[in-house]
Amino acid sequence: MTKTILAVDDSPSVRQMVRLTLTGAGYSVVEAVDGQDALEKASAQKFDAILTDQNMPRLDGISFIRKFRDTASAVGVPIVFLSTESHEGLKQQAREAGAIGWMMKPFDQAQLLAVVKKVAGA
Amino acid sequence: MDEEIGGLFRQEAAELMASLERGLLDLERAPKDRAIIDAVFRDLHTIKGSGAMFGFAALARFVHEFESVFDNLRQGTHGVDQAVIAVALRSCDHIGRLIEAPEGAEAASAELLDALRLAASGETAAAPPPGWSLVFRLGRQVLRLGGNPRLLLAELAELGAADIRARLAAIPALDALDPQDCCTGWQASLPATVPQTAIEDIFLFYRDDMQFNLQDAASAPDLPAAAQPPAEAPAPPVPAPSDPVPVPDPAVAPPAPVREAPAAAPANPPVAETMRVETGRLDELMDRVGELVIAEARLSALAQRFGDPSLLAVTEDIQRLSSGMRNATMSIRMVPIGSIMGRFRRLMRDLSQTLGKPIAFTTGGEDTELDKTVIELLADPLVHILRNSADHGLESAEARRAAGKPETGSIELAAAYSGAEVLITVRDDGRGLDAEAIRSQAIARNMITADAQLSQSETFRLIFEPGFSTAKKVTELSGRGVGLDVVKRTIETLRGQIDLASEPGKGATVTLRLPLTLAIVDGLQIEVGGENYTFPLAAVEECVELPPEFETEGRSSSFLNIRGGLVPFLRLRTLFAIREPVPPFQKVVIVSAGGQRIGLVVDRIVGNNQTVIKQLSRLHAHLKCFSGATILGDGSVALILDVPQLVSLGRAQEDRLRDQHGERAA
Repeated sequence: MTKTILAVDDSPSVRQMVRLTLTGAGYSVVEAVDGQDALEKASAQKFDAILTDQNMPRLDGISFIRKFRDTASAVGVPIVFLSTESHEGLKQQAREAGAIGWMMKPFDQAQLLAVVKKVAGA
Repeated sequence: MDEEIGGLFRQEAAELMASLERGLLDLERAPKDRAIIDAVFRDLHTIKGSGAMFGFAALARFVHEFESVFDNLRQGTHGVDQAVIAVALRSCDHIGRLIEAPEGAEAASAELLDALRLAASGETAAAPPPGWSLVFRLGRQVLRLGGNPRLLLAELAELGAADIRARLAAIPALDALDPQDCCTGWQASLPATVPQTAIEDIFLFYRDDMQFNLQDAASAPDLPAAAQPPAEAPAPPVPAPSDPVPVPDPAVAPPAPVREAPAAAPANPPVAETMRVETGRLDELMDRVGELVIAEARLSALAQRFGDPSLLAVTEDIQRLSSGMRNATMSIRMVPIGSIMGRFRRLMRDLSQTLGKPIAFTTGGEDTELDKTVIELLADPLVHILRNSADHGLESAEARRAAGKPETGSIELAAAYSGAEVLITVRDDGRGLDAEAIRSQAIARNMITADAQLSQSETFRLIFEPGFSTAKKVTELSGRGVGLDVVKRTIETLRGQIDLASEPGKGATVTLRLPLTLAIVDGLQIEVGGENYTFPLAAVEECVELPPEFETEGRSSSFLNIRGGLVPFLRLRTLFAIREPVPPFQKVVIVSAGGQRIGLVVDRIVGNNQTVIKQLSRLHAHLKCFSGATILGDGSVALILDVPQLVSLGRAQEDRLRDQHGERAA
């Protein structure tokens, strides 16, 4: 069965890179432009994994994770936090909010695939 | 198609592994029991064969070695002891991993085989192979957060982890269990060649919030050793409960009633939506439908007698329902034999390559339908027969050229109806069977004495006995003398027969005759001497009146002229020793079996009916002329006539008469 991944980023180019990489590997990808959009989409559909950026309009990544984890539909959905900032504090906050993994931007396609495979399976 | 076949293979392999495991455990109790060793052997052989057929090369390699070790054990003096069983059981688990993830698991093959050989040689096992021993427990919340232990275990397996076991001690009692908590811990051993960072990287996302204990196996003696009690072996995968609460992954966090089930069971790929049902259950269903048909016949007889319109209406409904049910039950069981022929193409292709012999494989009669259980049971025997034809039957290309034959050997698999039987033939144009070689081999193996008098067909049949093999070298494909005895036993279970025909230098033909008989057939009911009998309608060709000149039993002739053809006939009255006066207007039922026709003289033809076949008791099983019995609408019993037997009786009589005739003419 095709695994569906939700890619949350306000940058169209990052979303495109994620989409091309993952669809090329057999995943199906749904995009969300910010945390609010992601919250709506993730409540309506169960994803095999969610990849989210931090800095976005309306609702940032960590707040999205926190709000989403409060809903019943979040149970068992792995979230990977994508961050350009390399300091431990943010990573720790994301974990406490309920992210299972993280990835430092910039990442290449191989890294992205490895992480998605790790959390969502092939 | 491939997936479907793979799924079927997985099911089959699971059954074989279960059987293998049972065999090994039995062997632990009775280490010298030849029958068990043979059974273990057969299981291994079949796993190897099917595995190779479906492209599980790593599996086939491993099992081949596994089998060799057992072969030595079987012939050597050193018995099968605890140590061997323990390693063999682990190897059995390893077979499972080789099927699920061949790439990841093969790394451990060599190590296991070494251990197996060591144990089999009777020396004490060396210290456990050095490597990493890992014990870990994830955070309790990890499932809610979407963590998936199965993926971690798969990654570990990719690194060559062996012996992954779940640690279940921390799982609370059912009432205290939150299925979304991850309470299971795991342990695994990994080869020493794996760098520590590779192991740690797997747990990258989890390391902050987990127990993780990685050390050299040598310094971790508290890990349960390899020879754990087999009861701890991975249990079957837990069926996913239909739980309204969104459980992250039911296979990983089983609800408590299945506590013992190790969550480390490898993820099973989804199996196609078919069900394997025990033959016994289908038989029972068929029996019940049979009873229903009988009861319905009685009901309609009664309804006819009373003539009550409302009773007749209900009777008609029941009739319709029961015939619908009969058809449905039968259709559950009928599948075209083509459904298994497809997989043999791959087998022959691979065989052709492995053996380096060009083979042209053809099939025929794919749409011949057989009972599903029969078809399923046939797959293994056919694999064995085809393999033997390719391996032993066909000569090498050079030998064929030298013998003036085309280089490409041909093997044909065909199925056809023949009266109430289905004939499945495997024909090759190879060297044929060598009766002398078979005989001397059988003598060498103490299967017959040197002075035994055997007919050619009896000699040929020896190759179906356990432990028989004339192959000079043991190949991956055949030649250990396990296999053909499987064929024989399976065909016997199906109440079928095996015929072998061979012409030296021209090839051999194996014919499997299987009764088409489902539990219910259409029958033709006849009467002889006041008793009812039934023919399977499929075997009946026509019914004619007995010409007046044959009315009384004379010695003149026993042939009827049916439209210009001479058909020998038998009088059932004579056969059954009935002395009552012969009624006028006797009838002859012309039946056929195996392409031959005979006539059977009966008193009266009653009509056709649905015949529910009941087996004769063991006391009566030796009766030649009857294949079973059925119950008629009025509750009385009618015996079912065994057409093939009667046909051969008639033919024997014909030959006798011809001989007499010939003598007189001379």
